[in-house]
Amino acid sequence: MEYEIVIGLEIHSELQTKSKIFCGCSTKFGADENTQTCPVCLGLPGTLPVLNKKVVEYAVKAGTAMDCEIARFSKMDRKNYFYPDLPKAYQISQFDFPICGKGKIHIKGEGFDKFVGITRIHIEEDAGKLIHEGSEGTLADNNRCGVPLIEIVTEPDMRSAEEARVFAEKVKATLEYTEVSDCKMQEGSLRFDVNLSVRPMGSKEYGTRTEMKNLNSFRSLENAIKSESKRQIKEIEKGNKIIQETRKWDDDKGLSFSLRSKEEAHDYRYFPDPDLVPVILEEEYIESIKGSIPILPWERIEKYTSEWNLTQTESQILTTTKQMADFFEESVMYCDDAKSVSNWILGDLSALLNEAGIEITQIKFNPEGLAKMVNMINKKEISNSAGKTVLKEMFETGAAPEDIVKEKGLVQMNDEDAIKEIVLKVITDNPKSVEDLKSGKDKAIGFLVGQVMKATKGKANPGVVNDMIKKNI
Amino acid sequence: MELFDLTLHDTVDLINKKEVGYKDVVQAYLKRIDDVEDKVNSTLKIMGEEALEKAENLDKNGIQAKGLMGIPYGLKDNMCTMDVETTCASKILYNFKPPYNATVVEKLEQAGSIVLAKMNMDEFAMGSSTENSSFKKTHNPWDLDRVPGGSSGGSAACVAAGEAAFALGTDTGGSIRQPASFCGVVGLKPTYGMVSRYGLIAFASSLDQIGPMTKDVEDCAIVLNAICGHDDKDSTSVVTEKKDFTNYLTKDIKGLKIGVPKEYFQEGLNNEVEQSVREAIKVYKNLGAEIIETSLPTTEYALSAYYIISSAEASSNLARYDGIRYGYRAEDFDGLVDLYKKSRSEGFGSEVKRRIMLGTYALSSGYYDAYYKKALQVRTLIKEDFDNVFKTCDVILSPTCPTTSFKLGEKSNDPLEMYLSDIYTVPVNIAGVPGISIPCGFDSEGLPIGLQLIGKAFGEDTLLKASYAFEQATDYHKKRASL
Repeated sequence: MEYEIVIGLEIHSELQTKSKIFCGCSTKFGADENTQTCPVCLGLPGTLPVLNKKVVEYAVKAGTAMDCEIARFSKMDRKNYFYPDLPKAYQISQFDFPICGKGKIHIKGEGFDKFVGITRIHIEEDAGKLIHEGSEGTLADNNRCGVPLIEIVTEPDMRSAEEARVFAEKVKATLEYTEVSDCKMQEGSLRFDVNLSVRPMGSKEYGTRTEMKNLNSFRSLENAIKSESKRQIKEIEKGNKIIQETRKWDDDKGLSFSLRSKEEAHDYRYFPDPDLVPVILEEEYIESIKGSIPILPWERIEKYTSEWNLTQTESQILTTTKQMADFFEESVMYCDDAKSVSNWILGDLSALLNEAGIEITQIKFNPEGLAKMVNMINKKEISNSAGKTVLKEMFETGAAPEDIVKEKGLVQMNDEDAIKEIVLKVITDNPKSVEDLKSGKDKAIGFLVGQVMKATKGKANPGVVNDMIKKNI
Repeated sequence: MELFDLTLHDTVDLINKKEVGYKDVVQAYLKRIDDVEDKVNSTLKIMGEEALEKAENLDKNGIQAKGLMGIPYGLKDNMCTMDVETTCASKILYNFKPPYNATVVEKLEQAGSIVLAKMNMDEFAMGSSTENSSFKKTHNPWDLDRVPGGSSGGSAACVAAGEAAFALGTDTGGSIRQPASFCGVVGLKPTYGMVSRYGLIAFASSLDQIGPMTKDVEDCAIVLNAICGHDDKDSTSVVTEKKDFTNYLTKDIKGLKIGVPKEYFQEGLNNEVEQSVREAIKVYKNLGAEIIETSLPTTEYALSAYYIISSAEASSNLARYDGIRYGYRAEDFDGLVDLYKKSRSEGFGSEVKRRIMLGTYALSSGYYDAYYKKALQVRTLIKEDFDNVFKTCDVILSPTCPTTSFKLGEKSNDPLEMYLSDIYTVPVNIAGVPGISIPCGFDSEGLPIGLQLIGKAFGEDTLLKASYAFEQATDYHKKRASL
């Protein structure tokens, strides 16, 4: 029988506010244990939380970017459970009145082109971290206590691991573009819980679902979905029932195992937090946040493909981060040839960034510099291969392209007389290639042009060289 | 009269006249504590040395007396004092020394007041007799066989016994007004949001409020001046217009409309208490107030709603005492869950456990709607009751408690009987409005009787004016317990 996989996601994202959700402590990642705490986030007796306004702003931003209804009234609730990483023994979250209601995100890929519904987005505080040290037992690091989170809950609208990944990537891009979260997955800034069930294709009723918690990479998200859907189908085909339960995904083993069943689930005893007042948002405030949402990646992709003739793939890679897309667009302001700018960014510049292990925001030259370099190539002032040298130099020193070209003598040789001597020498030195060329092996010309370019240190215009070789054999 | 018998405003006057120094005052109170504390047992920690040092500094620097300058006070032990044990009279907070002061402590310090002692209380402010303290039982200065009331029993007793010039208490369902009534002192529960709760160890956050316990109404106004006002650290504290409450005391009460709710004069009200309160109504009539028979029809549901809401909040507020980070930890345990269970079983007293279980139950899935949600609906109705009455009345008058103080041990085994002690005070917390208890007589055994006045939200000025007028017309507040 053919089965349909039904997937809903719960996505936790740490907001990139400077201070925590209910106190003034820093949220910076990677500080020494328990150095970013205070009586409030440690939940010491008598202390009280005060809601950070930035958290509200960021949540509303995220909600607006995901087309959500923004609640004029929302409130904070307590979720009660005992655990040593939770100093108050309750997490302050939102239960029945979240800050953002229904929304949607469009996803498109091979075999799908649809909207995934957002059920809600709410704000809450993160818990601390337990460190299990053999000899010392378990230690608690409370730096993360009170770091602000949003939880995005979706409708069960996804039907494959691929759809879930595309959706998750889109959420990540949205949060990054709106600068709500840095989404550093290795630091736990973006984590996924997967709700998954299967049903016979065509069935209207949902099957029993399981939940897998805390997946923190796209790869484990996809793998977990593939593995869990296979497991469920196998169980059903064996005639077994799926048990509603929470499962833990083991990335290394590529398997999930049962953590607790529905019966063992916590009763969180949610109730309104009496220490906090409801969050009331004015129309004006909501409008002002709407106005601050930057152009989102899919809108940019639309522009890149239709106006600038880039391919879908190129556009997608360019818009992976807002910073790269902004860099690209600003470069295009100084250069008509968007396609070439794109090629340079996706090719040489990306390679340089990778090699140096830095982000595009950290590079030493500005978009205008890149545009100038591309313009020089287009005006045949330098060759393409000289361009590579120029870009590398710009990347390393931040110098202006025109200065590099001057200093290194990279001005392109377009003059036939200047190149002729070298062309003739290459023809004499490489009789075999010449023979090949003559006998119709067109590939051989590439080798000969290469030799001329090498001899001119890349300054010769390859088009001119090509013509001259053909003329002189 | 001895120095320790004086009101704080009379004490300030004496200091100003240079008849006594700041140190003399602190010494007089410390001496009094020395003399009577073994009978009263109101304190958990006495901070004599620090208090004397502060007083000496005031003398040395020739600081002028005004407001609360140099006045020693008792602080209920559920309010945080930096680096000084703050226990809520609970074993579970054994040796807990907060690294911060409660906002009220900061404010009193700014006003120059001197904290003299941390006062005994019912564990986590749960109780009406102070017998639920894990550490000691406090005795009523008017009759040492009797309870001082609770939960701010230590605070009430210390003021009545002359062990402090005034005290701060906290009131979740009557915990300032009931002991004030039992000990013959003035006790004010301000409007919810009037005084910052930052640093007050929570019992039921939506009901808790800090307030003054004093020897007379003028003292009460002076202390309220010092402790009220918005605090950025407490989201539920309200921004209000700054007032000097002493300015309202002497205003005329002619034509003041006083509502008398019939539900507060029914079965269970002791005859002698009723007599005294009826006398008080006459006093008000003579002063030109208009007495209006009125009704608060949902009164009978208040106690049930209160025990659900307050216990629900408490079950969550007290969950943090788990033996992991501070306070009491059981010695032998096997794993995490056992550590939680043993530490909490051994650290909390039985009344606290009763409320934690009651509250946990009320919030549990499947019971939430029937209990917690229902209680919140009742809360709305009770608020509406008060709103309705305040359409025609300026204040509401009632007994503070159905009875005078009872014997130690008399009700300890009957929690329901104990809960009934708060029947007239609880609705006030639920509605969030201010209430005050002032002395209005003595029963045939010489025990104080309290009169409760209830005001509109942020109507403390009217409440204090009405209280002061009564006090001026009577002299119950001048009588002191003989020890």
